[in-house]
Amino acid sequence: METKKLNFKGMTCPMPIMKTAIELKKAASGDVFEVVSDDAGFEPDVKAWCKETGNILASVTKSGSEITAVITKK
Amino acid sequence: MEQEELSRTVQELQERLDKLESKNSRLTMVLFSGDFDKVMAAFIIANGALAMGKEVTMFVTFWGLDAIKKPEMGTAGKNALEKMVTLMRPKGPAKLPTSKMNFGGIGPRLFQYMMGKKNVEPLSSLIDMAREFGLKVIACQMSMDVMGIKKEDLIDGIETGGVAAFLSESYGSNTTLFI
Repeated sequence: METKKLNFKGMTCPMPIMKTAIELKKAASGDVFEVVSDDAGFEPDVKAWCKETGNILASVTKSGSEITAVITKK
Repeated sequence: MEQEELSRTVQELQERLDKLESKNSRLTMVLFSGDFDKVMAAFIIANGALAMGKEVTMFVTFWGLDAIKKPEMGTAGKNALEKMVTLMRPKGPAKLPTSKMNFGGIGPRLFQYMMGKKNVEPLSSLIDMAREFGLKVIACQMSMDVMGIKKEDLIDGIETGGVAAFLSESYGSNTTLFI
């Protein structure tokens, strides 16, 4: 399955989570997303969001100010 | 007989579980403040909860009503005191004062400028976004009556209600915030 890339750089809380929620809502179960954000709060936020919504957080990686989360839709 | 009792117990437990799960998926908020910074916090939390798939109800009372006024709200049909309150209070999210460092109205502009620099979503669009996500807004009827605010003075598509309406929402959700 193809990984969909979402670039939310330049956005601040709560927008990366809002946009992630909007995009995943449109997707089918099992779809994989790679979400990129440079909001320093994105790492704890995406972890909490996945925990609450039940979507699967495969990985969170940091490179400089960029945070990349790989999420599989529940 | 025993079988019947057992299935009744299971059904009862299922109902209690459903109730608990429904509580866990809801957030109730009271927006009492009409300060820009506090209203901002309220709508960021509301949006976050909506993004997590929760049902969010915001009971808007007293100064909080300033945040959901239409900018074009007029004084027609209001008595002298109601007219005074209408003229003296800000109308809508763009006019709210900050709780600290207001500097006679310069403060909010300063913060809006600084937030814009950091790409923080403006308050008006946070409000619109929350409503698109299904935020339920209940305006306090009593506060509206006291200050001569009519339903048509407030943003469209909201409900009005009293303390029981708020409490009923609050009892049905496991988190209630007062801002």
